[in-house]
Amino acid sequence: MTLDRIRIGFLPLVDAALPILARERGFAAAHGLEIELVRDLSWATVRDRLLYGHTDAAHMIAPLAIATALGRGRPAVEIDVPFALGLNGNAITFSIPLAAETLEDGQLGEPRAVGERLRQVALARAQARRPLRFGVVHRYSSHNYMLRYWLAAVGIRPDLDVEIVTISPPFAADALAAGEVDGICVGEPWNSVAVDRGVGRIALVTAQIWRRGVEKVLAMRRETASASPDLVDRLVRALHDAAAHFVEPDAAEENARILAQPAYLAAPEETILRAITDRVRLSQGATPLHIPDFMFQFREVANFPWRSQAAWLYSQMTRWDGTPFSSEEAARAEGVFRPDLYRRALAGSGAILPGASSKLEGAIGDPLGAGSVQGRLVLGADRFFDGRAFDPDDAEAYLASLP
Amino acid sequence: MRIAIIDTSTTRAAIISEGLREAGLDDLVLIDNSHALVAQIEAANPEVVLINLENPSRDVLEEYFAVSRALAKPIAMFVDQSNPETTAAAIDAGVSAYIIDGLSKQRIMPIVDLAVRRFNAFSRLQAELHEARNALADRAAIDKAKAILMRRRAIDEPAAYALLRSHAMQSNRRIAEVAEAIITSAALMGDDT
Repeated sequence: MTLDRIRIGFLPLVDAALPILARERGFAAAHGLEIELVRDLSWATVRDRLLYGHTDAAHMIAPLAIATALGRGRPAVEIDVPFALGLNGNAITFSIPLAAETLEDGQLGEPRAVGERLRQVALARAQARRPLRFGVVHRYSSHNYMLRYWLAAVGIRPDLDVEIVTISPPFAADALAAGEVDGICVGEPWNSVAVDRGVGRIALVTAQIWRRGVEKVLAMRRETASASPDLVDRLVRALHDAAAHFVEPDAAEENARILAQPAYLAAPEETILRAITDRVRLSQGATPLHIPDFMFQFREVANFPWRSQAAWLYSQMTRWDGTPFSSEEAARAEGVFRPDLYRRALAGSGAILPGASSKLEGAIGDPLGAGSVQGRLVLGADRFFDGRAFDPDDAEAYLASLP
Repeated sequence: MRIAIIDTSTTRAAIISEGLREAGLDDLVLIDNSHALVAQIEAANPEVVLINLENPSRDVLEEYFAVSRALAKPIAMFVDQSNPETTAAAIDAGVSAYIIDGLSKQRIMPIVDLAVRRFNAFSRLQAELHEARNALADRAAIDKAKAILMRRRAIDEPAAYALLRSHAMQSNRRIAEVAEAIITSAALMGDDT
């Protein structure tokens, strides 16, 4: 059988695992695909290669897919997201001096308690005109929105009380060491790299801010996705198989070995293994702590592109870009996420398919049965740390209620 | 017109600078890509920024442009107002260009075209260099394999080469590959030539 070739752009991050494993573990070939992976070092280049046809699909931070479709900062290009590549997996790491002032030894902080101590430091530093500075990977990243959501909710005003700048993850540990930033919110392996170098301590993981926060997605140009529906279907099936395999405990060691290779992450195998098994080393030399849900994959249809997740990201985009909320834009942003394509691709397989395309985000405390058109769906706790819930049909009221 | 060049390859940066100077554009600033990028750009205050696609600092640069849009002198990405073919050619060549808003297209096009040509020339140069290096390595491997055959089989050099060549033809492999195999097996057999 000849395989259809599909090129996928990615950044060397642990959450690029699914397309890499789909290729290396044979899931792509089983669906008649040969995945060619194109490695880059900036989201700008991953995006440009997608838009100019160097790649057919891309591993992408979810807000950037939406920003590209809305034409923020550049001409709009229609984007489809048929599959989410996973939830959370990021952390907030403080420099050693800031950690000494705000973190307790040896344990993961609680968002409110750490936030309160950080607030005191941040306000004092702002008053002394030496504001704290945090680095995030991109303006349109979940890292930026999670960090800002947390800061604002504990009484620290982003851009006013603290500075938030973009840093390139490979330089993040250096920036912490040099005191150019006081904290970073980045994905793995970059927090662990800073910890293992002894230049930072992990303060929180983003799963503590939003238990089920959407992270990377598979983005395609709508033009490409519409022109070859069969290719999209097979790719979604291959990625879904890879996700099911990813959560098999026995597979973790071999997966870490594959991801560590120079062509993919070019990072220490042991660091990657920790991340994909939800074990996080908070400070240099410490015993890794097991943090359930640190990097959430496959279970509870984690890969389903809920339109309500896109709606939440759009709400944060207007909040921090300082642009007015527009229901027309909101509809276009939600339309980037394509639960219909996910269902089409996985119909008739063993996959669980939710009946709804949108849900209340952050409203579940105890596991809850949910309607499905295929399989039995149970959704677990998905709370935001401050207890607020997001109703995509009432985004304006939600935005008005935020600090 | 001041042009800033940010490139992870200092050789390529030099090649582009040279091309721009030849075209009479000599107000150039080379920016060190790893350290305090934004401060360097602010100090240089360029009207055009050229950066290679593989540069990890592109997101930092775009963030700076996004912020500067709100300020007095906004910089926009070139694609925003250029024709798509030029941008596609630039992306294909591996370069991305940003310009100050309002700079005329006639002034920009020659710069981007030149950058594209120089980037392409650099890629060809690298490919040639790579080939030359491989050829050298092949030569060395073949010489070593010949020495092994001459000693083991007590034959002269032309005979050793003929043996390598005929085996390569029979097995449909390159002579250098056969040579590599001989060296590897000799090493495994404890023959340390």
